Amino acid sequence: MTAVQIVFLAVAALTLAAAVMVVSLRRMMQSALALILALVGVAVIFALLGSGFFAVSQVVVYIGAIAILIIFAVMLTQNSMSPEHSQMNPGFLYAALGSALLFSSLVFILSMWVGFYAIPVNLDPSVDTITVLGLSLTDPQGFALPFEIVSVLLLAALIGGIYIARDHHRD
Amino acid sequence: MIPLSWILAFSLALFFIGLFGAIARKNAISILMGIELMLNAVNINLLAFWRYLYSAHMNGLVFIAVVFAVAAAETAVGLALIISAYRNRRTITAGDFDSLKG
Repeated sequence: MTAVQIVFLAVAALTLAAAVMVVSLRRMMQSALALILALVGVAVIFALLGSGFFAVSQVVVYIGAIAILIIFAVMLTQNSMSPEHSQMNPGFLYAALGSALLFSSLVFILSMWVGFYAIPVNLDPSVDTITVLGLSLTDPQGFALPFEIVSVLLLAALIGGIYIARDHHRD
Repeated sequence: MIPLSWILAFSLALFFIGLFGAIARKNAISILMGIELMLNAVNINLLAFWRYLYSAHMNGLVFIAVVFAVAAAETAVGLALIISAYRNRRTITAGDFDSLKG
């Protein structure tokens, strides 16, 4: 076992433990903080996979924006569900059973696939991935159209979010 | 180096924990958190396939960027809907949002 493998196993175990805490803790605020821990773990996995750019994006977008937004929503709606009552739907055992079955069957199917045991190729050090990614995002022959559509989607979400969350009774 | 199988097994586990959270929790914000976990698992998969099998192509990385933007949009609109529903009905239990029930 190399050092990278040990780091990966430790981070993966931490992330999965945090994810289990996200779906099982009764207090929403603790659940949101566990979500931040899980997102940090995913950022470390991104860095281990050789994409520092997406590791930083993960920290900025997910932890800096999405997790903070979720914490704000938790604080705004704090007194609506008391933590003494169960946070689970009545049939949650079926959900757990179904998830576990799907997980094990997918792992079983993947284990029969040759690519499952792929060894990573060394990245070409002369190619700067971020430069190529940036160029292909603005290249009309590449991904300029999806990039623009995503920006329109973000604008629509921005306007829609402001409109929906506004207090319509007060004005 | 880390075998691809470890990363895929990890992301599958993360995905199904998120799926469980989205199905089993009462609280609407918890459902959104479960969806965030699932989107993260998908991103890990995309990045792993790019790194191990298709490192010459940019498709996977572009898709990750798109998933990031869609996740941000989804959270913003979803939380706005939850806050608006909370304002009108004083609850964020997903089962209580039943105005459209026949």
